Amino acid sequence: MADDILSIGGEKIGSRLFIGTGKFSDERMIKDVISASGAQVITVALRRVDAGVRGDNVLEYIPQGSILMTNTSGARNADEAVRIARIARAAGCGNWIKIEVINDNRYLLPDNLETLKAVEVLVKEGFIVLPYMNPDLVIGRRLLEAGAAAVMPLGSPIGSNRGLRTEEIVKIMARELKGSVIVDAGLGAPSDAARCMEMGCAAVLVNTAIAVSPDPANMARAFSEAVIAGRRAYIAGLAPSIETAEASSPLTGFLGEE
Amino acid sequence: MKIKLNGKEQIITEGMTLSAFIRAKALVPDRIVVEHNARIVPSDEWENVYIKDNDILEILSFVGGG
Repeated sequence: MADDILSIGGEKIGSRLFIGTGKFSDERMIKDVISASGAQVITVALRRVDAGVRGDNVLEYIPQGSILMTNTSGARNADEAVRIARIARAAGCGNWIKIEVINDNRYLLPDNLETLKAVEVLVKEGFIVLPYMNPDLVIGRRLLEAGAAAVMPLGSPIGSNRGLRTEEIVKIMARELKGSVIVDAGLGAPSDAARCMEMGCAAVLVNTAIAVSPDPANMARAFSEAVIAGRRAYIAGLAPSIETAEASSPLTGFLGEE
Repeated sequence: MKIKLNGKEQIITEGMTLSAFIRAKALVPDRIVVEHNARIVPSDEWENVYIKDNDILEILSFVGGG
């Protein structure tokens, strides 16, 4: 495990758990959550300011040394995503960007084609680009060929906490796009995160399940432990599963034998 | 004169710099990003940039997000 270090965009990442900062009932919790989770990659969003509203700045609660990954939430097409990415970088938040292009308001499912267009532009501009996507092996390959640092298929709709409903496709992606799959969205429990890691995903991104837990810092820690356990299991190699029993203890040579 | 701030039309007095405008709106300078006619303006230039009729301003800040 010691030499099993995630590398994205040339950076060595200390934790395979990425954390989102939305939906906390009190943003001051974010500091403890990040600390409890050990996460190094932290997502934030950009929003229009309402004049006269003195909101907190979420950046205040994110420790120095974190890698900020601004998402392009609110973007409905590639052009808008590109614009948000440029603003985030100009604002001094580094060059990591999570592409999120959504034009479906009910399920918030991403538009893979517009996402690919945005990736093509932003990679050329030197961004470390991580696209949120509908699970799809072919588009995943295209995104990586276009220079995405990793791809982020969803487990289930954003904020739904329904877990890894897309398991079959994500498993295929994890197998084929080695080391480049980060499951983002929908993971509701640490066991969901562990499952992603067991099948060879590089990392997971979790927000809602932590933010809306009654004890976010403790839940962040639980996710962190699950990610470590799942990764360790993947490296160790899962034993094959079979349909019938195979005794773990010897069934012969004891009582009742002739 | 008329400008567009975050997608909405507004009437403001002429001759304002970005700095003056931000002060007038009671925005916290170190928490915002200003885009003026599609150009991101660094905060050290706000004092020297004058807002003109029909300008388009976007003022943004970082918020929690997943």
